[in-house]
Amino acid sequence: MDDCLSKKIEITVSEAEKRTGRNAMNMQETYTAYLIETRAVESQNEGQCSPVDSLWRRYSEFELLRNYLLVTYPHIVVPPLPEKRADFVWHKLSADNMDPDFVERRRIGLENFLLRVASHPFLCRDNIFYSFLTQEGGWKEMVNETGFQLKADSRLKALNATFRVKNPDKRFTELKHYSDELQSVISHLLRVRARVADRLYGVYKVHGNYGRVFSEWSAIEKEMGDGLQSAGHHMDVYAASIDDILEEEEHYADQLKEYLFYAEALRAVCRKHELMQYDLEMAAQDLTSKKQQCEELATGTVRTFSLKGMTSKLFGQETPEQREAKIKVLEEQIQEGEEQLKSKNLEGRDFVKSAWADIERFKEQKNHDLKEALISYAVMQISMCKKGIQVWTNAKECFSKM
Amino acid sequence: DASLAEANSFSPSMPTSPSSMINQYKFEDEPDLRDLFITVDDPESHITAIETFITYRVVTKTSRSEFDSSEYEVRRRYQDFLWLKSKLEEAHPTLIIPPLPEKFIMKGMVERFSDEFIETRRKALHKFLNRIADHPTLTFNEDFKIFLTAQAWELSSHKKQGPGLLSRMGQTVRAVASSVRGGVKNRPEMFTEMNDYMETFSQKINVLDKIAHRIYKEEREYFNEMKEYGPIHTLWSASEEDVADSLKGVASCIDKCCKATEKRMAGLSENLLPIIHEYVLYSEILMGVLKRRDQIQGELDSKVDALASKKAEKDLITEEIGKLEDKVECANNALKADWDRWKQNMQYDMRSAFTNVAENNLRYYEEVKHTY
Repeated sequence: MDDCLSKKIEITVSEAEKRTGRNAMNMQETYTAYLIETRAVESQNEGQCSPVDSLWRRYSEFELLRNYLLVTYPHIVVPPLPEKRADFVWHKLSADNMDPDFVERRRIGLENFLLRVASHPFLCRDNIFYSFLTQEGGWKEMVNETGFQLKADSRLKALNATFRVKNPDKRFTELKHYSDELQSVISHLLRVRARVADRLYGVYKVHGNYGRVFSEWSAIEKEMGDGLQSAGHHMDVYAASIDDILEEEEHYADQLKEYLFYAEALRAVCRKHELMQYDLEMAAQDLTSKKQQCEELATGTVRTFSLKGMTSKLFGQETPEQREAKIKVLEEQIQEGEEQLKSKNLEGRDFVKSAWADIERFKEQKNHDLKEALISYAVMQISMCKKGIQVWTNAKECFSKM
Repeated sequence: DASLAEANSFSPSMPTSPSSMINQYKFEDEPDLRDLFITVDDPESHITAIETFITYRVVTKTSRSEFDSSEYEVRRRYQDFLWLKSKLEEAHPTLIIPPLPEKFIMKGMVERFSDEFIETRRKALHKFLNRIADHPTLTFNEDFKIFLTAQAWELSSHKKQGPGLLSRMGQTVRAVASSVRGGVKNRPEMFTEMNDYMETFSQKINVLDKIAHRIYKEEREYFNEMKEYGPIHTLWSASEEDVADSLKGVASCIDKCCKATEKRMAGLSENLLPIIHEYVLYSEILMGVLKRRDQIQGELDSKVDALASKKAEKDLITEEIGKLEDKVECANNALKADWDRWKQNMQYDMRSAFTNVAENNLRYYEEVKHTY
């Protein structure tokens, strides 16, 4: 990993800016552009300030990059992008894509995406990726010129393969099952978390009502007045504290969301394997049937039912010359087929090997990241409790002076 | 009739200094000063052909000489408490009689005889009797004694005595008549201040009541969502290997947090909510007491006006005025003293209720922090 791009250059998505422009249908649209800054790491170590290169990209360009990587490296679990639209929102959080908090979290997510790609042993070497970071103009054209869209497997084909493949690698079947479970459980978790956040917000904010009432009540009390007034102030502090607490929690939710989307990337690799395996199985089946046909023609026996065989029976036998010609064609096809099968087998084995290596790498990363995320959640809870303890200790003191 | 009413209760020289009253109100702090201990418990359902009702067991333990025995156990129903309250109001129109729990609860779908409703009522009735027991004047009221000691049939027959319906109606008519003149124009400044205070207090305590209930509701909704949150982590841990322990850890933390939330809610509903509600009722009672004082004053004022116009019955009216002046002075003093006492109580109750809330919250956060 020492020659990973992330070790050589520092990448940040430092700013987000609202822009207006014209889209493909020449209609006016508003979108957000993100500033990508890169700076060489080496010269920093020598105490010099190296120059910062920067360019602006919008979300759709990130999408294009990722689609390119998906097609070009089907055996890699490609890091996901942050969500396109705000999902799993609790009521106070805006679902608006232009909302500054959403834009900010997206900026962080995009930076995270670039860092993940840059620290991947294979993806980081990709030219298109490098150009994405460094070449402002003409990058889109460059990507399209690779013709990656043509290499993309059709959804329909993939679905067909999923249902018809006979002998997929067991490990991939298990992995697909795992990724389904992961997606389902994280979605559920995020949904409930959003509801819990909503309720917690309610509890804190209602305490804010104490502030005003205590203040008005204190006006008619002589001895209780001071205690009430100052307690009310602490209730206001308590009510206000939830905003920061929940904002921090939103970052934790984003960490989980990344793995929700990673589940989809895992499934993509499994699907590719299924497709390749299905392709292989079809090729093998085709080869076997051709060989049988050849054999039948050569020996004159009909072992399997074939329409051709039937028609020849109905319309009379062929001439020996015709038969010879057919056998020759078949033998050529069989030769081709065998070579193809060989290379497909090789491809398949290579795919499984390199895919599985990346999956192992991914698993380690996932375990590490999830554990850290859970720890950070616990730390957040502790910090929330500390704040609560402080406020209520102060409030208690005020109440006791009433 | 004023003189008869005062004779019913044991009233030694009216203590005018509030400080002497303070020593007698903190019943929770100094149990050794009490010589009357009352508990209300054991609600029981009774079904007759006509109605269904609940009775509560009232147990009294006392060392007072005017009680024949040192321990009594009787059963009383809500109606009996209502009777006691109205007798006390009759006897002491300008004393602050503690509130009774309401007849029904309109808001919220609490069924009339649900366990929750009965328990809340039982606690309030217990509070009611104990507040009377701790009141320097009311505690020696004869009807109170009968309420605590008489068997069911004795109480029924006693209830039937006393000023009949007609004389009670007469009282009401007089009261209405004098209330037309109000007794407001000669009202001592102190009572105008009390009125102003009560108007604001009443407003604020009602708002507090709403806020406290809202907080309880929000906490309960939070608890409901949290109950679902923990188990998801356990479910997830089933498909993981390396991360499973961390997930199970978080799951158990969340579950403990749930339990702590339950405790916090219980603290609210057992402490703050009933006390604030009691003072909502108190604010209505106090407005009533102030009105009654005004009425008594009004009686005096109308007699004084009569004196000015009816020179013929001068002596008679003067005598009546003398009696009424005494009545007004007694009423005012009684109210003033009781008001000071009430304010002290209120301050103590609010302080301890809110301090309790703060302590509850502290306990909650300490527990959750410790869990994580």
